[in-house]
Amino acid sequence: MLFALLVTSTPFSGQGAATAARFAHTLIEQGHELSSVFFLDAGVENGAANAVCPQDESDILGLWIELAEQHQVELTLCIASALRHGMLDEAEAERYERAATVHPAFSIGGLGQLVDANAKADRVITFGGQG
Amino acid sequence: MSERDATRTLILIRRSPYGSSLARAAIETGLALAAFDQPCNLLFVGDGVLQLLPGQDPGPVGLRNLGKLLQSLPLYDIEHVYVDNASAQRYGVAEDDLPLQVDMLSTADVQKLLSEHDQLLGF
Repeated sequence: MLFALLVTSTPFSGQGAATAARFAHTLIEQGHELSSVFFLDAGVENGAANAVCPQDESDILGLWIELAEQHQVELTLCIASALRHGMLDEAEAERYERAATVHPAFSIGGLGQLVDANAKADRVITFGGQG
Repeated sequence: MSERDATRTLILIRRSPYGSSLARAAIETGLALAAFDQPCNLLFVGDGVLQLLPGQDPGPVGLRNLGKLLQSLPLYDIEHVYVDNASAQRYGVAEDDLPLQVDMLSTADVQKLLSEHDQLLGF
């Protein structure tokens, strides 16, 4: 089955993002396909390149990077959310004359990419924010 | 991938209008789907029904008016706006006060609605 994920949870406020990343790995282990993960609203913070995780906690950024690098899963941060949260890739950093803050395993894109993933996937699973 | 009918998507809206930025994110996702000609309906449930209250004035808290955005929905190709009747009753949101045309649904109808869509995007 072809899956896509929508993540609106931040990496460390609650379990949503960690569950999403583990779910993504389990999908692939079980032989499903995962086309893309779209990060919206505060979920864009999952792309923070400089997040330093304590050694005794799970490295959620590492789980995302592995999906992109080893399984060719597209990781897209919603551009409107990303800019608000200070998440800039190289191109946006240049445009706004700031430092880049997004890990290169992620790209920045529009809601159209969520629309596209939603149309193609058999299932889209949302991992929501808290509160 | 084989050809299939257009994906029917239901956006499940559970956030109060100014308590969470996800309230606006949900509406914008619905508008994006509609802009790309994807069949899309909205369902307001729980705290989400508060988004429909008339006379919103979020200026003093420095936010854009979500109620105005919702009033513009008929201009976009959002097919239906559904409201969970039990949630509306709990919050005293009366259908006659609402700024746009909605369909009030019983709990049984909500269950049916969920099963009739291909994708559910929950906010």
